[in-house]
Amino acid sequence: MMGIEWQALALTAQLAAVTTLLLLLLATPLAWWLAHSTRPWVGWVEAVVALPLVLPPTVMGFYLLLWFAPGGGLGALWLSMTGQQLNFSFTGLVLASVIYSLPFATQPLQAAFAGVGQGVLEAGATLGASPWDRFLRLVLPLSRRGYLTAAVLTFAHTLGEFGVVLMIGGNIPGETRVVSVALYEAVETLDYGSAHRLAAVLLGFSFGVLLLIYGLNRRLSFRLGSGL
Amino acid sequence: MVTELNIDADLRLGGFSLELSARLHIEGVLGVLGGNGAGKTSLLRLLAGLERPHQGCIEFGGSCWLDTSRGIAVPTHERRIGMVFQDARLFPHLSVAGNLDFAGRRAKGQAPPRDEILQTLGLEPLLERRPAALSGGERQRVALARALMSAPRLLLLDEPLSAADMGYRGELLAYLRDVIDSFRIPTVYVAHTLDEMTRLARHLMVLRNGGCVALGPVSEVLARLDLPEVSRRDESGSIVEATVVAHDPAYQLTHLSFGGQSMSMTGLIGMPGDRVSVRIFATDVAIALQKPEGISIRNVLPATITAIRVDNNLPHADILLESGGHAIRARLTRASLDDLGLAESQRVFALLKAASLVSD
Repeated sequence: MMGIEWQALALTAQLAAVTTLLLLLLATPLAWWLAHSTRPWVGWVEAVVALPLVLPPTVMGFYLLLWFAPGGGLGALWLSMTGQQLNFSFTGLVLASVIYSLPFATQPLQAAFAGVGQGVLEAGATLGASPWDRFLRLVLPLSRRGYLTAAVLTFAHTLGEFGVVLMIGGNIPGETRVVSVALYEAVETLDYGSAHRLAAVLLGFSFGVLLLIYGLNRRLSFRLGSGL
Repeated sequence: MVTELNIDADLRLGGFSLELSARLHIEGVLGVLGGNGAGKTSLLRLLAGLERPHQGCIEFGGSCWLDTSRGIAVPTHERRIGMVFQDARLFPHLSVAGNLDFAGRRAKGQAPPRDEILQTLGLEPLLERRPAALSGGERQRVALARALMSAPRLLLLDEPLSAADMGYRGELLAYLRDVIDSFRIPTVYVAHTLDEMTRLARHLMVLRNGGCVALGPVSEVLARLDLPEVSRRDESGSIVEATVVAHDPAYQLTHLSFGGQSMSMTGLIGMPGDRVSVRIFATDVAIALQKPEGISIRNVLPATITAIRVDNNLPHADILLESGGHAIRARLTRASLDDLGLAESQRVFALLKAASLVSD
């Protein structure tokens, strides 16, 4: 299997994994708040969270590029704190992915939390479970499918990210050169052999992951729904 | 054991308001009766801490659960209450055993022996089942067991029979009685049928439009002619505390006495000397001016009319009789009332066509 860009593949997997982990942590309180808050500006926050669904990635990438630049708001702060540039770095890529994939993690979790229902939580409270206890022992297990969906969608979406990476990441091997960018470059340089191999690996991997996830999902729903 | 429960609360939820001020002494089961929207469930939710009143104070067994003036509001999970909701609310991801253990683990070492609960409620065969595979009545039994496992100081039951099939209600009611007799936890029981109440509760509170309109021992509240909640045609009646005098094995009858009066019931009930509660439906009581001769009814009690309530839009009149120190409700047609010329303080004879034991 010579000639496959293992570095690009590993970097892509790493980016997707880190983004997924961070997003599940971040999206949990956000989704909880969206599912339960009755404040009038919930709709505004929901709209902002959903923006990456409708915006062309290049539009997102353009604004992030400006924001991450050494003269931009976050880029300047990051530079003064770490001495590093945010644009064209792995960290910048992770940050952009987190923002770009936010709706893919938040929306399934929000639906899952709303589906748990107030009734079960009230019952937990009357049995002596504190709010944190209720979250860990009732909300999390009852939201398993929501977490599974959120993780898969985030992972897959980050895997396929192209426009945003191109705008703010560039093409630095081992730092920002992910599979989609490597593939694009291979096609540009008419190296169809490399392009084929990369595409095949990505296709096979994505299909395998989805197969696994849907299998798990069916088993989860079976256990939740059936009697024994 | 008597536990004191003081409520003084003003709860507003949307268009509904519950204004309640009551000093309750809960001995066994306090029944809460009322129509739809009377505030029964709101009262339970208030006690559980699931609703916060605008203003109010709740004290239970000497500890303060709520005092808005002092900024005290003990959260639900620290009140040590057990609540059985109308819809059971079992945890769908846990088996029956898992649901019980969830409660047991949070009882801080005070959970009653699980085996005793399983036995009382007949749950052994269901332990490995998931809630989705239980019938409505089974779910309520599990919910009751789960509430008991949390070692509650106060049990709140919200129409626990409503989710069960009609045919199964009697069985569930028997389980409830066993639980109440064995675990002796002060209980507030909400229902809208009188039948459940008379079988379980010692005291009765009647709610209407978010306020308390009657509170007292069951037999006293049942005798109130002015309360539509206890005057429904198919259910209104009285409860008489009587003593078993003797059995008549030849005729299969039991002789009872109460306040110097004697009556008999079919079947061999209890043992001589036992105290029993007897329920007499108002529609099973007839009135005669003279002691009737040549009649099949055996229970003929001298009585005095203490109150008559007539509604000219209805064919029936409600009459309250006093006999042997007990209040007995009777329901006649208004036509009979006028024909006999019945009036308050008149001495008559009450004819009891049937009577049943409360514990049946």
